[in-house]
Amino acid sequence: MRRRSPARPGARILVGAAVLGALVVFGLPLAVIFTEAFRAGIGAYLAAVSQPNTRHAIWLTVLTALVVVPINIVFGLSAAWLIARFRFPGRRLLLSLVELPLSVAPIVVGTTYLFLYGRLGLFGPFLLGHGIQVMFTVWAIFLVSLFITAPFVVREVLPLMQLQGSEDEEAARSLGANGWQMFGLVTLPNIRWALFYGAVVCNARVMGEFGAVSVVSGMVAGQTNTLPLQIQLLFQDHTTLGAFAAASILTAVALISLIVRFLLETRDRTPAR
Amino acid sequence: MRKLALGAFALAALAAQPALAQQSLLNVSYDVGRELFVAVNAAFIAKHQAATGQTITIDQSHAGSSTQARAILEGLQADVVTFNQVVDVQILHDRGDLIPADWQARLPNNSSPFYSLPAFLVRAGNPKNIQDWGDLVRDDVQVIFPNPKTSGNGRYTYLAARAWANREFAGDEAQVNAFLTELFAHVPVFDTGGRAATATFAERGIGDVLITFEAETRGTEAALGDANYDTVVPSVSLLAEFPVTVVDKVADARGTRALAEEYLTFLYTPEAQEIIAGNFYRVIDPTVSAAHAGEFPEVELVKVEDEFGGWAAVSEEHFAAGGLLDQVFVNQ
Repeated sequence: MRRRSPARPGARILVGAAVLGALVVFGLPLAVIFTEAFRAGIGAYLAAVSQPNTRHAIWLTVLTALVVVPINIVFGLSAAWLIARFRFPGRRLLLSLVELPLSVAPIVVGTTYLFLYGRLGLFGPFLLGHGIQVMFTVWAIFLVSLFITAPFVVREVLPLMQLQGSEDEEAARSLGANGWQMFGLVTLPNIRWALFYGAVVCNARVMGEFGAVSVVSGMVAGQTNTLPLQIQLLFQDHTTLGAFAAASILTAVALISLIVRFLLETRDRTPAR
Repeated sequence: MRKLALGAFALAALAAQPALAQQSLLNVSYDVGRELFVAVNAAFIAKHQAATGQTITIDQSHAGSSTQARAILEGLQADVVTFNQVVDVQILHDRGDLIPADWQARLPNNSSPFYSLPAFLVRAGNPKNIQDWGDLVRDDVQVIFPNPKTSGNGRYTYLAARAWANREFAGDEAQVNAFLTELFAHVPVFDTGGRAATATFAERGIGDVLITFEAETRGTEAALGDANYDTVVPSVSLLAEFPVTVVDKVADARGTRALAEEYLTFLYTPEAQEIIAGNFYRVIDPTVSAAHAGEFPEVELVKVEDEFGGWAAVSEEHFAAGGLLDQVFVNQ
């Protein structure tokens, strides 16, 4: 679809104001993060991000994404497929449940997990009795991150699956394809970009999650501090350069996600078939 | 994809396992104690290595001490705690049975190797001429201190202000409560922890005076520039003990008791006391204390036991729901 460029001066002013507003609201903070991070030069920046606790925080954050994103891809695909292709009792309930993590405050998620698996919690005493420590370990961080980011893949993939219907898949089955062939050759190619985009958003959210993780991590520097927690620690320690250097990494992840999104949307608009 | 997931799990398992070869301690501590324990830990690690040849690691976790106590009750594996509130240690016995009832008798000076007191940090040159608690309720003065509901630091400030008012108004309860209500009304923002309050005052530039531990006011001066701030020590303040203890159940389960005890005893040595004094806390070692006497102004220090009948009574009368704090801390 082509849009006409605004001709009337009133419209031009409005567009100008919108662009200016966007620059102030989004551009300025971004500029501040990178200026502050590189204020003392590239050497100081590299020294700040390779400080052992910050390095560990980066590694833990990447690890969390490596664990959580694949699981949520599988979960998201399964849930979307179930909801799109089948009518079964509890389907609407599943649909709402999948969206639940989006409407619950992260701090509530963290507290709930503490209530479930903490030493004074519901299952905590049993687990600890068997020598299994969940809370205040990386496992707790994985668990809350899984919960928080569960909806992202479903939300991207489901509308596309519903839109495309099941005719192609039924055709594949009638031509003798087994379940995996059908999935790999018919279902996946149709949704791959949505799936990829869902994974990108999921990844960005995993890496940026603060509230829920701060409750269950125990915040042990060099052990269970993820990048957002480490940024808070550095900032509160008056280590401004270190905080902005660490923040620049998260911001870079967000920017890359944004670029990926932009590229995918441009791609979607060009007719493929 | 499956390989990637498996690999990630293997890595996760590795990350979840603490390094077995090396003995380590987890010191769970209060919010503004990071710099102090970074310095203390380095000295202890070096000393332990020189004596035994073993390299140990000491991990640190810092947040509001009530938050930390809660996390330990829920299973955070703290070998030792170094807090700024007796009540937050006591709860480890009362609610979790993690330490014995007589924990405070196990180390000298009620298990408190150093102390501090609520003091004032004002803008350079003290433009509002804030000298004592009475100046805080003047019309043109805005005060910053953390929320006493969530912060031990804030609770000390509340009690110190009350102790001053008790003297000023000769124990007239109505006048004391009126002063405290007025004081709270002069606070534009209540942060949840001590360091966040410092950020509000220093980074965001809100308020004319920050009330926090003297160690934090002087530490902020040192970190953010002596020329920008001044510390003012009021005429009366509250003795803020910094209690420490081994968390028995955790240390015994992890086999770290000996090391944990050695670590806490180290805090009382002249070497550690020197580091602690250098981080602007007042110390109990007479020699080190005398050497730093010039840096710490004289102040009448009130003890919670003498003024308020002990922490148990304070918790019940002041900080319980509907208590005296709630009566002066309305609409917040």
